[in-house]
Amino acid sequence: MAALIEIASPASGGRPRKGAGGRWGWLLLPALALLAVLFLVPLGLMAWRSVTEPTPGAGNYSWFLTSDVALATLVRTLTVGAVVTLVTLLLSYPYAYLMTVVGARARIWLTLLVLLPFWTSLMVRTFAWVVLLQDSGVVNQLLGTVGLGPLQLIRTPTGVVIGMSQVLMPFMVLPLYAVMNGIDRRLLDAAQGMGARPAVAFWRVFVPLSLPGVGAGALTVFITSLGFYVTPALLGSPDQALISQQIFTQVNGLLAWGRGGAMGVVLLAVTLVLLGLVGVVLRITRTRGGAR
Amino acid sequence: MRTGPARIALWAFSALVGLWLIAPTLVVIPLSFTDKASLVFPPSGWSTRWYANFFSDPRWLDALFSSLQVGALVAVVATVLGTAAAIALTRSGSRWVKGSYGLLLAPMIVPTVVVAIGVYALFLQYNLLGTLLGFVTAHTVLALPFVIIPVTASLRGFDRRLEDAALICGATRWGAIRQVTLPQIAPGVVSGALFAFVTSFDEVVVSLFIQSPYLQTLPVKMFASVTRDTDPTIAAAATLIIVFTTVLVLAATFTTARRNRVR
Repeated sequence: MAALIEIASPASGGRPRKGAGGRWGWLLLPALALLAVLFLVPLGLMAWRSVTEPTPGAGNYSWFLTSDVALATLVRTLTVGAVVTLVTLLLSYPYAYLMTVVGARARIWLTLLVLLPFWTSLMVRTFAWVVLLQDSGVVNQLLGTVGLGPLQLIRTPTGVVIGMSQVLMPFMVLPLYAVMNGIDRRLLDAAQGMGARPAVAFWRVFVPLSLPGVGAGALTVFITSLGFYVTPALLGSPDQALISQQIFTQVNGLLAWGRGGAMGVVLLAVTLVLLGLVGVVLRITRTRGGAR
Repeated sequence: MRTGPARIALWAFSALVGLWLIAPTLVVIPLSFTDKASLVFPPSGWSTRWYANFFSDPRWLDALFSSLQVGALVAVVATVLGTAAAIALTRSGSRWVKGSYGLLLAPMIVPTVVVAIGVYALFLQYNLLGTLLGFVTAHTVLALPFVIIPVTASLRGFDRRLEDAALICGATRWGAIRQVTLPQIAPGVVSGALFAFVTSFDEVVVSLFIQSPYLQTLPVKMFASVTRDTDPTIAAAATLIIVFTTVLVLAATFTTARRNRVR
């Protein structure tokens, strides 16, 4: 997502005209008004309730920081996010690399394979994983034929990681591809011309140059994973809930708006801090691009 | 990396990754044609009874109809607001306009569950739960970034001297935009509208909070169905969604691709 934003940023290529500012600005107002009422007000309302319900004060936050369950949930959410990020990176890196070296026609197909699941309903994809991972499901049948006996996959963190990794793959492949595609391949030839073996040239030249893409992809996947609800709710177990499931239960089940709101604020804060990191990574990318 | 074995290994690995991306979803399609009342793969016999079931059950049909209705309205509202915003964003030099770009894309990044509980609190207060107005406005906020991004990209590729030429030839400002600019950026606007529709059509988390027994969208109905029963009707619903979104996304992708080729 961060990569998408970066690509589309008007600041990076728009041609605003000096002095014509005021004439166009009002066209922004309807969108901003809607955003204020249905995005900023709700976020404010949530934050407000976290410090006023059930009693005014920071009670909900001190509950969060002292409750073993709440902290364990936060740690579990971060751990699952980290594992998912690693899995998607390992699977996406070679795939994105292949996208940069094949011909135009093959590239269209490889891109479509990424974009189709990206736009296929999250609900449908999660439902498919429920079917595949269930105790008598396809995955367990396959495991059975190779003698690995039925494993408990659904209602475990493993199941959640499998489902989330597949769902989040496009967020890793797309920024990786965008950065890899911009790498000047003559640098690899130059390294080889000076005597480096292909593998060494790849490892010492290509991989470091692709790191901004790795950073952007990893942070995007990690950030998105923190707010995931549907996939963990359907593939995970309730007693190993992630933070979004806890928020859902607090608000919808227990009507504990204060605690739910406090967890929401914590989740939002973690997201914003990580987003700041994305900004730093992208600035590094741009500086490097400029220096080249 | 241009040597044989490494290339073959790379292709083999990527083929498996491609399979991992696409295959899990496709499993749903044969499941929807099973003749058994359970979700066992592969099906032992074939029938279309779950589709018959889907199209004769008023609850599924109402959910489908609600989703189409909300999605269409969101596509219209988000496209109008998003296109207007994109024009302002690419043309205004003022600081506050540029600064609001990040804000407009924020719904894409802020965890949906956080937005959802806030919207839920707001809608509870103003009796908007389970209303068409509530669904359309809440979904429009989430869909706006997906309109603004492609339309901004289109506008960047548009040569504004064409619009100036129309003005010199006597067109009004609005006339020039309508007859010159909008037709030129149409591919971006169309793909934005399709993506806005798909965003609304797929949305689950906010919808779970703002639904009521009177207004449920298709993903909400599916969510309830997965947790409650193992009736393959849900596989039929999922297959219909897959076919429908695939067609829309291919259409959007190829409109964008054509635009790029023309330029």
